[in-house]
Amino acid sequence: MALSVHGVTVRYGQFTAVREVGMEIADGEVLALLGPSGSGKSTLLRAIAGLERLAAGSVRWDGADLAGVPVHRRGFGLMFQDGQLFPHHDVAGNISFGLRMRGVKAPERVRGLLELVGLSGYEGRRVTELSGGEAQRVALARALAPEPRLLLLDEPLSDLDAGMREQLAVDLAEVLRNAKITALLVTHDQEEAFTLADRVAVVLAGEIRQVGGVREVWRHPVDEPVAAFFGVTTFLDGTASGGVVRCDLGEAPLEVPDGRVRLGLRPAALRLSAHGVPGEVVSRVHRRDHLRLRARTSLSTVDAVAPVDAEVGPGDSVHLALDPGGIAVVGRR
Amino acid sequence: MAHAARQLNRAGLGLLALAPVGFLAVFFAWPVVAILRRGFRAGLLTSLTDDETWRLAGFTVGQAAASTVLAVLAGMPVAYVLARVRLPGAGLVRTLVLVPFVLPTVVVGLAFRALWPDGGLAAIVLANAFFNVAVVARTVAGLWAHLDVRAEEAARALGASWWRAFRSVTLPALLPAITSSAAVVFLFCATSFGVVLILGGARYRTLETEIYLRTENLLDLTGAAALSLVQITAVLAALAVGALARGRRETASRLRARVETARRPSGGEWWVVGAAAAVLGLLFTPVVALLLRASPAGFRALSGTGNNGTLQVSGWAAAMNSLRTATDATLLALIIGISASVLVATLRRAPGRVSHGLAETMDGALMLPLGVSAVTIGFGYLITLDALPGDLRTSPLLVPLAQALVIIPMVVRMVLPVLRSVDERLRQAAATLGASPPRVWREVDLPLSLRSVVAAAGFGYVVALGEFGATSFLARPQAPTLPVAIASLIARPGALNNQMAYAACAMLMLVTVAAVAVIDRLGAGRIGEF
Repeated sequence: MALSVHGVTVRYGQFTAVREVGMEIADGEVLALLGPSGSGKSTLLRAIAGLERLAAGSVRWDGADLAGVPVHRRGFGLMFQDGQLFPHHDVAGNISFGLRMRGVKAPERVRGLLELVGLSGYEGRRVTELSGGEAQRVALARALAPEPRLLLLDEPLSDLDAGMREQLAVDLAEVLRNAKITALLVTHDQEEAFTLADRVAVVLAGEIRQVGGVREVWRHPVDEPVAAFFGVTTFLDGTASGGVVRCDLGEAPLEVPDGRVRLGLRPAALRLSAHGVPGEVVSRVHRRDHLRLRARTSLSTVDAVAPVDAEVGPGDSVHLALDPGGIAVVGRR
Repeated sequence: MAHAARQLNRAGLGLLALAPVGFLAVFFAWPVVAILRRGFRAGLLTSLTDDETWRLAGFTVGQAAASTVLAVLAGMPVAYVLARVRLPGAGLVRTLVLVPFVLPTVVVGLAFRALWPDGGLAAIVLANAFFNVAVVARTVAGLWAHLDVRAEEAARALGASWWRAFRSVTLPALLPAITSSAAVVFLFCATSFGVVLILGGARYRTLETEIYLRTENLLDLTGAAALSLVQITAVLAALAVGALARGRRETASRLRARVETARRPSGGEWWVVGAAAAVLGLLFTPVVALLLRASPAGFRALSGTGNNGTLQVSGWAAAMNSLRTATDATLLALIIGISASVLVATLRRAPGRVSHGLAETMDGALMLPLGVSAVTIGFGYLITLDALPGDLRTSPLLVPLAQALVIIPMVVRMVLPVLRSVDERLRQAAATLGASPPRVWREVDLPLSLRSVVAAAGFGYVVALGEFGATSFLARPQAPTLPVAIASLIARPGALNNQMAYAACAMLMLVTVAAVAVIDRLGAGRIGEF
């Protein structure tokens, strides 16, 4: 394993921001630390970078403990949420900073990196004149320039507006994959994590609650808090047999071992239908490509979705049917 | 290994602390404490029970308070113009308003004497206020420009009149800057020396001038020491008030760009602009009056020594000596002031309460020389520095040492805020790119604060050039600085002496204006506190 973290704890005074965290990243792998703001994921990233003092535990690279290695000797690149470009250098000066620290002069490498991040010809630009997206691209190029053995990305896209974020996410994913860069990404955005990462580690309240492939954590969250973070709004018990789960809200085909299961329903797990569980619409909101409903059933009030052109409103009686695409199976397997 | 690195770090910090702490201990604390001890030992009781002492203290505080109120009242409209008005020439106002502040006290005294030949209380208060309008205007404008206008706009939208919105929203937000600048101005006025000496004559004396007179003319050292003690106590109290206000201000607001808040005035705001223009007009009356009196004959006379050899050297020699002394003082102050700023900034960043407390203490201690009168320091040098090897009292470094002490607080107040505004994550970015801690300083902090360092150097140079209190105590007659020479010239009657003095003043003023223009061109004054 390239990076391995064991029992890392970080405290600020009495407050424990990160509690006994362990995880590993393989060579060329991108791992996302995914969690809500304040969950301690950025602190963990900073601890790995050497910017926070560990109260306990160890951070190792290829088995060697990094405890005595200061930040500037770790060879880890770091990209901040808001770029943190050096205002007194131009674009080229920012990108070549890490090279200069190693005594290397390589204008062709700067040019190559600018091309990589889609900013050819930007060498002489002042960094204060860049748009948010351009600044983050320069920050990425700067972090990549000294060829870090591990790239740490701290919410690299969070400060950008929606369109820019999507574009940069795709480009960033391409750069990471093509160059086989080992990276640790911190984000609160599931989509970002799923676009960029091979595996996801879910961080809640300073602890890693689950590590797994993207599909895995989405379909099989280990407990209800993790499921809730992944958008599950309703929990209920059901039984599985022969590839079908049954619960009080209906049944749906789902590949799980026979027996009792704990189901987590995202809004999309219940759809407006001609038949199914009867309910009464409480409220309705337009989303981009669907309607989000709150509906009262005989059991509880649940979230559901309807096609964007459906003629339903508060007070209407409707029927809701289960959709396996929105169902998560909660619990350790 | 991490442990060793931390030890090394601590050793480095200790080394860094050596210069400022050592300097302050030897060239500030020791002389001042020696004065205090002398005051305690002998004349304190007699002096404290002496009606004369209390009359002097009362007058000192009274004139300082009056001057402070006047400076604040005059400074506010100017601050408004600097912070909120976008008009052609607003930048020029920024520069011009600073000119009186850095004018040598002797020059200001002389300028007011040109307007009020009889001097008197009104002239003293006006002159002290004249000096310090810039401190209020620039300190308050510094905060005002960065206040979010929207709070005021919200008040207006809720039905407040322009004046009401100012009084209930803007003024409270500005209060920390107003009180902290008022405290500084009060200090300056309470320890103002040259102005009172020239305008007060024998009738109006403050603690500061009395300390000088007792030492220089009456050789009553114990009485002077007792008066110094009274003065230091008063000054420490004022300084504490200012520090409290400043502490609140630093937590108050994040900086916003100035352009966002400045716009063309409209309606009633023009009255404020008019008031500011009036203040500026009044500020420049004495300056112009003084310049009008400088004649070609005066400049020619500078190559001589005045009536019957009033000076021991020529006017030009005094000018050269001024330049040399100010250069030495500035270099000294930069070394001490910058290492102290770096130390405080580093301690502040380090985790833990101990280092934080150390930083606060150091920060406060660095402001002390601002409050202790220059005359007291000069006096303290005379009674302590003979104990050092190579008797500094006769060294040409003596005057620069005293002047540096006066400049160091200003260097710190200009450089430290800039150092502290450097985003910690910018430094961390440099570290992850392979920059060692010293390299981070060189690559990030230094370039980002260089402008403020250059500005502080220029500012310090000008202040050193005009420094009068300590210099008049310490400068040897065969090597006077220009302000000291001017004071000697006007102390002795004679047309030639007067002409020479006015010409010398004009010269000091021109150097000062040029330096201020350069400082403001650097634009660093926008972030520092003066």
